[in-house]
Amino acid sequence: MYSEKVMDHFANPHNVGEIENADGVGEVGNAKCGDIMKIYLKIKDDIIVDVKFKTFGCGAAIATSSMATELIKGKSVNEAVKLTNKAVIEALDGLPAPKIHCSVLAEEAVKAALADYYKKIGRDASDLMVCEGCCGSCDHHHE
Amino acid sequence: MSDKEKKLIYVDNAATTKVSKSVIEAMLPYMETYYGNPSSQLYSLGREAKAALEKARQGVAELLGCDANEIIFTSGGTEADNWAIKGTAYATKGRHIITSKIEHHAILHTLDALIKQGFEVTYLDVYDNGIVRPEDLEKAIREDTILITVMYANNEIGTIQPIKALAEIARKHKIPFFTDAVQAVGKLPINVKELGVDMLSLSGHKIHAPKGIGALYIRKGVRLSNLIEGGGQERGKRSGTENVAGVIALEQALREAVADLTDKDKVGKLRDYLADKLIKIPYSRINGDIKNRLDENLNMSFEFIEGEGLIMLLDMNGICASTGSACSTSSLEPSHVLRALGLPHEICHGSLRISLSADNTFEEMDYIAEKVTWAVNRLRMMSPLYERKLKEERSK
Repeated sequence: MYSEKVMDHFANPHNVGEIENADGVGEVGNAKCGDIMKIYLKIKDDIIVDVKFKTFGCGAAIATSSMATELIKGKSVNEAVKLTNKAVIEALDGLPAPKIHCSVLAEEAVKAALADYYKKIGRDASDLMVCEGCCGSCDHHHE
Repeated sequence: MSDKEKKLIYVDNAATTKVSKSVIEAMLPYMETYYGNPSSQLYSLGREAKAALEKARQGVAELLGCDANEIIFTSGGTEADNWAIKGTAYATKGRHIITSKIEHHAILHTLDALIKQGFEVTYLDVYDNGIVRPEDLEKAIREDTILITVMYANNEIGTIQPIKALAEIARKHKIPFFTDAVQAVGKLPINVKELGVDMLSLSGHKIHAPKGIGALYIRKGVRLSNLIEGGGQERGKRSGTENVAGVIALEQALREAVADLTDKDKVGKLRDYLADKLIKIPYSRINGDIKNRLDENLNMSFEFIEGEGLIMLLDMNGICASTGSACSTSSLEPSHVLRALGLPHEICHGSLRISLSADNTFEEMDYIAEKVTWAVNRLRMMSPLYERKLKEERSK
């Protein structure tokens, strides 16, 4: 069902944890849908020097969080903004169809954290407005 | 125990069971030696197969307390469930069916198909303990009710329904009563006459026989249209060449399960031993009635985590268990059974089902308890919900 990469990132996730006084924090999803992702960013001179995550969700949700944080670590915020769920899926050697929404959530969690950072430094974050309810493939109405 | 030892602990017996050695031995001759088609009556090989088939039918009937001609073999529990429901619906005037909210999908999805054809279904509540109340059934009955179908024991939470009381109400109103007993047969003493049911389904692979064999008990006099047409086997009621080896296996497995019922305490003790250990995990709960449930079943929820991850971590440690989590399926909706108990979504998501067999040991329970505790902690350390909870507690 899962690729070896997914299993590896689930069993040994990278960047689990919190960052005290983070420069950007983003949380997406809700418990009703079964997935919540929270990403913390430490940013210096527009470079993501540290990133941590906490995720409530299935194996794929944990693996995509791990991979998404890994992909933006050390990158500039301008590069991180361009992270897509597709890039996360590719880096994990694919995801089963019902789990694609986990990668969408990971992308949105990164964007939400970056939007929080933009707001803090007074930069326009309107391009980063993300869904704060469920992910795209979920039927539930946003709350 | 290291990963390299590759010890496998199987505690998902509600999903399926290991075929027992004696069952394999009993069925082998009907694949290797007596492989004739029971319909081939002109030569001995066919007659031998037929004789074995009918002897096994007699055996199953005796074990369930009915006549041999009231037992029809099917491809499994799902077919028997489909047949009992559709067969009654198509044979009867009226369009109302009563069931419970926690039936297996073999029942619920069959009813969905009938709803599309104009039938109406009432779903009885199971309250927070997972058990139907007979007075609710009484109230749900209508003039045009043609069938009441309530499962004997639930596959997820193991709760046992008051079938005798429900069947009595059905009889009083002259409405056929069917029970899906796939999880109950071999685990509870069953006599269909004493129970008073009109139909009862069972499955071989839940009781240490192979997959692909089941049966439907149809009380003499119950009207049922056929689901499967063909060569007229099973007295014209269920066509298809009989699965002789499967039938032999089913009879043997049922015989063994019924014999084991007497010293069944063991599996209940194993379950209670494990439950006592797991309930010590903070923010955990047992789902479904504690007393009125199968000895084999333990269903727990662990707050702030999601079940799929838990099952994956257990699998990495050689433990095969199950979850009612939505993420284990493609639906994204958590278990309808846990939802029916009134549990909030986030608690449904973090559920674990352990279903034991007599093959399990106390040593295994210790190992499972250790690994579940470890896995729950590990997932909680990653969970933003747990983080929030800890902060709430600290600020108190």
